[in-house]
Amino acid sequence: MTKWTLIAIALGFCFVFLLLPLANVFAQALAQGWGYYWKALADPNSLAAIRLTLIVAAISVPLNVLFGLAAAWAIAKFQFRGKSILITLIDLPFSVSPVVAGLMLVVLFGLQGFFGKWLDAHNLKIIFAVPGIVLATVFITFPFVARELIPVMQATGTEQEQAALTLGANGWQTFWHVTLPSVKWGLIYGVILCNARAMGEFGAVSVVSGHIIGHTETMPLRVQALYEGATKASAAAAFAVASLLAALALFTLGLKTFLEWKQTRLERLIATRVDS
Amino acid sequence: MARKQFNALPGFGLTMGFTLFYLSAIVLVPFAGLLIRALELSWADFWRLATTDRALAAYRLTFGASLIAAVANAVFGTLLAWVLVRYEFPGRRFVDAVVDFPFALPTAVAGLTLASLFAANGWLGRYLVPLGIRGAFTPLGVVIALTFVGLPFVVRTLQPVLQNLEREVEEAAATLGAGRWRTFAEIIAPSLLPAVLTGLALAFARAIGEYGSIVFISGNLPFKTEIAPYLIVLRLEEYDYTAAIALAVVLLAFSFLLLGAINLLQQWASRFQPSS
Repeated sequence: MTKWTLIAIALGFCFVFLLLPLANVFAQALAQGWGYYWKALADPNSLAAIRLTLIVAAISVPLNVLFGLAAAWAIAKFQFRGKSILITLIDLPFSVSPVVAGLMLVVLFGLQGFFGKWLDAHNLKIIFAVPGIVLATVFITFPFVARELIPVMQATGTEQEQAALTLGANGWQTFWHVTLPSVKWGLIYGVILCNARAMGEFGAVSVVSGHIIGHTETMPLRVQALYEGATKASAAAAFAVASLLAALALFTLGLKTFLEWKQTRLERLIATRVDS
Repeated sequence: MARKQFNALPGFGLTMGFTLFYLSAIVLVPFAGLLIRALELSWADFWRLATTDRALAAYRLTFGASLIAAVANAVFGTLLAWVLVRYEFPGRRFVDAVVDFPFALPTAVAGLTLASLFAANGWLGRYLVPLGIRGAFTPLGVVIALTFVGLPFVVRTLQPVLQNLEREVEEAAATLGAGRWRTFAEIIAPSLLPAVLTGLALAFARAIGEYGSIVFISGNLPFKTEIAPYLIVLRLEEYDYTAAIALAVVLLAFSFLLLGAINLLQQWASRFQPSS
């Protein structure tokens, strides 16, 4: 009895708080019909927002992958003093409100900021321009790849790399052919989480973007601008853009579940091999 | 320093150098910039800017709503984790996967769809609003958005702890004549408590900085539904940087206090775990 009551409450909670919001995104996006849905997505300003979001993710995700690989290699394969402080510092962006992260960039690069005068004199724009949006996104998604990779690289140890080096491989060969394949799934996992957050970031980007329609609006900012239009038609358009982001979230969730399933299957396989 | 005698792997200098450079450029310099600007404020100015009536109302809502949402997450998260770990039922794997949905969904989309669900003509609002339960443009809306955003924390912190809980201890308690509720209250609950509190603190910390989902659902009315991060954005839009910085310092200080508390809780929680 208790069992089924608890299951019913849990399922009810999931239905109201997870499934209804998701279904509502797609229902509202199509409230004005498929024709309107496609028209809303094909709007030049929405297309510009989609393009900007893709560009920003295409710059910030590889940067954080590079950082994640370097940080994980240094932290997982070597012993040094201050390691736990370094890990805490890497996690720092997680405990900063996105709005405060944006404010930090304004303090550095805004017109009244530390580098504001210099940037202005050289005709460079960071705040209210694309570079600021990229910097904000890189800050917010900074820990994702490193966090996934550090434990995976720690778990694989250093014996395989030592063996490769003894057999005459150089450092890069060892990294490409030994280390990278062994952390492949952890890396993919980190990349999809980093990408989902990069494409969906709102608060930090909102502070530095300046909301210039067609130029510095990313998809989440476009959703807000359309929502504030406060007509039925613009609400449906807001949901149309939002439906793409919701689809991205579903894709991310699906891939994540698949990777976890693959991981447990691999662990079971190893366990049975060891047993037999 | 790397202890070279144990480790012949190359690349420590390169990867560590890049890690420190990138960490400084992306995270530490922006932090330092904000800190320097904050220290330039006199104590009297800081106090005046950080404790205006409007700011105090915003803190009350931010911290109050975050706490309520975190407690709601602790209750439903514990229930969900329990049901997912202890019971077998159709759709269990699906529910387990969708628990992460709030992590994957961009906050702007979450705010948009929740606002529309609880609006007077929304799927939930059309039944709730006649009962006097208004979820859109009220403090309740802030709590709803924060509950959604924080949902995965308690579930994901508790799940591994529940999986590792030794069933034998419960069976022993039952053999010794303890009823089901007594077993739960005296055997299970104490060993789950540290993990539940850790999850609660994580959800609370996340909720305090949350911005994206709330701007859509709360209506942002001064003294009523205005959260502290929104007030920071507002001050920035008025180019009142000093006021924005003073508010940001209060939020950051709270985040770091919570970060410390979470670390202590995790140390406490790890004592309840069989050593891995």
